[in-house]
Amino acid sequence: MNVIEIKDLTKIYNTSEVKVKAVNGISIDFKEGEFTAVVGPSGSGKTTFLNMLGGLDKPTSGDVIIGGQNIWQLNSRKIIDFRMNNIGFVFQSYNLIPVLTAGENVEFIMQLQGKPKKEREKRTRELLEAVGIGDRIKSRPSKLSGGQQQRVAVARALASRPKFILADEPTANLDSSSTSSLLELMSQMNKKYNTTFIFATHDQRVMDKARRIITIEDGKILSDEHFDRK
Amino acid sequence: MLLSISWRNIWRNKVRSLVIIFSVALGIFAGVIATAFFKGLADQRIQKVISTELSYLQIHKPKFLETNDFTDYILNADGLKEKVSKIPGVTGVSERIVIQSMAASAETATGVLISGVKPEDEISVTSINNKIIDGEYFKGIKRNPVLIGKKLAEKLNVKLRSKIVITVQDINNNITSGAFRVVGIYSTDNNIFDGSNIFVRYSDIQKLTNFPSTAAHEIAINIDNNDKLPIISQKIKEVAGADLSVKNWKELRPEMNYLTEAMDMYMYIFIIIILLALLFGIINTMLMVVMERTKEIGMLMAIGMGKIKIFSMVVLESILLSLTGGIVGIFIGGLAANYWETTPIDLSMWAEGYQQLGYDAYVYTQLDYIMLVNITILVIITGVIASIYPAYKALKNDPADALRIE
Ligand SMILES: Nc1ncnc2c1ncn2[C@@H]1O[C@H](COP(=O)(O)OP(=O)(O)OP(=O)(O)O)[C@@H](O)[C@H]1O
Ligand SMILES: [Mg+2]
Repeated sequence: MNVIEIKDLTKIYNTSEVKVKAVNGISIDFKEGEFTAVVGPSGSGKTTFLNMLGGLDKPTSGDVIIGGQNIWQLNSRKIIDFRMNNIGFVFQSYNLIPVLTAGENVEFIMQLQGKPKKEREKRTRELLEAVGIGDRIKSRPSKLSGGQQQRVAVARALASRPKFILADEPTANLDSSSTSSLLELMSQMNKKYNTTFIFATHDQRVMDKARRIITIEDGKILSDEHFDRK
Repeated sequence: MLLSISWRNIWRNKVRSLVIIFSVALGIFAGVIATAFFKGLADQRIQKVISTELSYLQIHKPKFLETNDFTDYILNADGLKEKVSKIPGVTGVSERIVIQSMAASAETATGVLISGVKPEDEISVTSINNKIIDGEYFKGIKRNPVLIGKKLAEKLNVKLRSKIVITVQDINNNITSGAFRVVGIYSTDNNIFDGSNIFVRYSDIQKLTNFPSTAAHEIAINIDNNDKLPIISQKIKEVAGADLSVKNWKELRPEMNYLTEAMDMYMYIFIIIILLALLFGIINTMLMVVMERTKEIGMLMAIGMGKIKIFSMVVLESILLSLTGGIVGIFIGGLAANYWETTPIDLSMWAEGYQQLGYDAYVYTQLDYIMLVNITILVIITGVIASIYPAYKALKNDPADALRIE
């Protein structure tokens, strides 16, 4: 089943000097349960592409259809709600609210969704345990390592039960051991909850884990390969 | 959670927030103290005027206050006094003969206003008997005793037991004079009053002027509580009938009432000016807050926090910031003002000028709790106003842009 269908997606940035075609006519589908890496050199358009999938950056033309809904036909208020209920985000940094504890950060998104308190607390504990930092539920982000913070971010992204999770260079700020354990975690979560993961990366180790690798260059798809991995 | 995020956000930059909280607290503290001080000053002044000069209510013939016509008297004052005394809440009634006259000592003469009072009744209405600084209240001199103010004693250069000759027009417009002896010298802190008002016995002046023996120009009435003023004055009006005028202290001395009202208004203006000055500090802080958290706000928008919530978060933080300072200021100011309610502030160092105007050298502050509530509301409004522009700025964040900046 297709979670996301993308048709002829284009993004042109109009800077004062030049027009930048950051994404140039991409059409592609993503299926449920995928674990996909979007790779390509710097400036190739990965972030722009992901942001348009995630409802953060409006395409110049083309459609993004998520679960049958053409998201860029929604008004700006509806699109915020759509993001909240359908898409999980893991960014490179600044993922967490610094004044909230790990647990509160995870709970917060469910509160935005209006979930009852009992359910929120139960799921928060479950998820933090699943990402391996159940004992740090009361710690503020500043008291956690970069790797631990990204784990909380993954838990937070999963908390809202999204259709898919977008991760833009989630390991870029991590050392190699944290990188591999975060990857291991995401792949586990992908299997455990059958949640679709799409991440942009430069990192060879991330690519090695991916079951599908989409290579972008100059805003166009260069290749789209599938791999069988355990 | 929003409230808790806003509250915790305040403490991310402790020093900066504490500076704001401290300035708001200081400003509000000053506001509360000043308010309580001036309210105390005004109330004390009014209370004093009521108790020494004015009384709560007075009955006259309608024209008497304008013309001071000696023949414009209440004919059956004794009967009216009886009836008024029976009204619940009335604690004293005093009949007065009021007459302009010349008072002359051996050296000099000056115009004065004579109040002919029945000494026992007058005590129940005014406290002039407590203001005697030399001699006694109508005691010690049998024939024609007179009570004069300290200022007048200086003017006429007379002492206790000195003779004063009072010259008046009697009921038939004949000039007549009588010799009086100073039985007491009073001082009310109001030099103007002290310099021009003298008290004699009703019976003495009545005989001197051939005044009808049951009549009076003025019936002064004391009541037990200012809050009952409207009810009691209504009842007195019924008893007095339509051809007499009943006036309360506010009508008798409108400037006294303006004093309170004007004082209130000045205080609000004062506090608003303080808050206005603080406003810019808070705006500045909130702008810094919003700038610093560009990425965080972008992230919050990305994960699904709506514009209303983002806006509220900034507004709440600003309100909490100002309100914390405001509450600290109100609390400390309230405590101090409360202390000075029983232990007066001593202004005797500068008392000379105040006393000329009839104010006290010792000021008991008076806390107005409604004012405190209003100050709290004003502080909250300040917090809201201060946050509008920064909160609007926060909304201008675009999550895609915000998250891109390295
Ligand atoms: N807001 C913007 N205004 C103008 N040009 C932009 C903007 N955002 C991105 N671009 C340009 O669009 C192109 C694609 O950028 P994008 O960030 O999507 O690349 P990327 O593949 O994510 O790069 P990196 O690997 O460095 O993160 C670049 O040439 C970039 O300079
Ligand atoms: Mg990028």
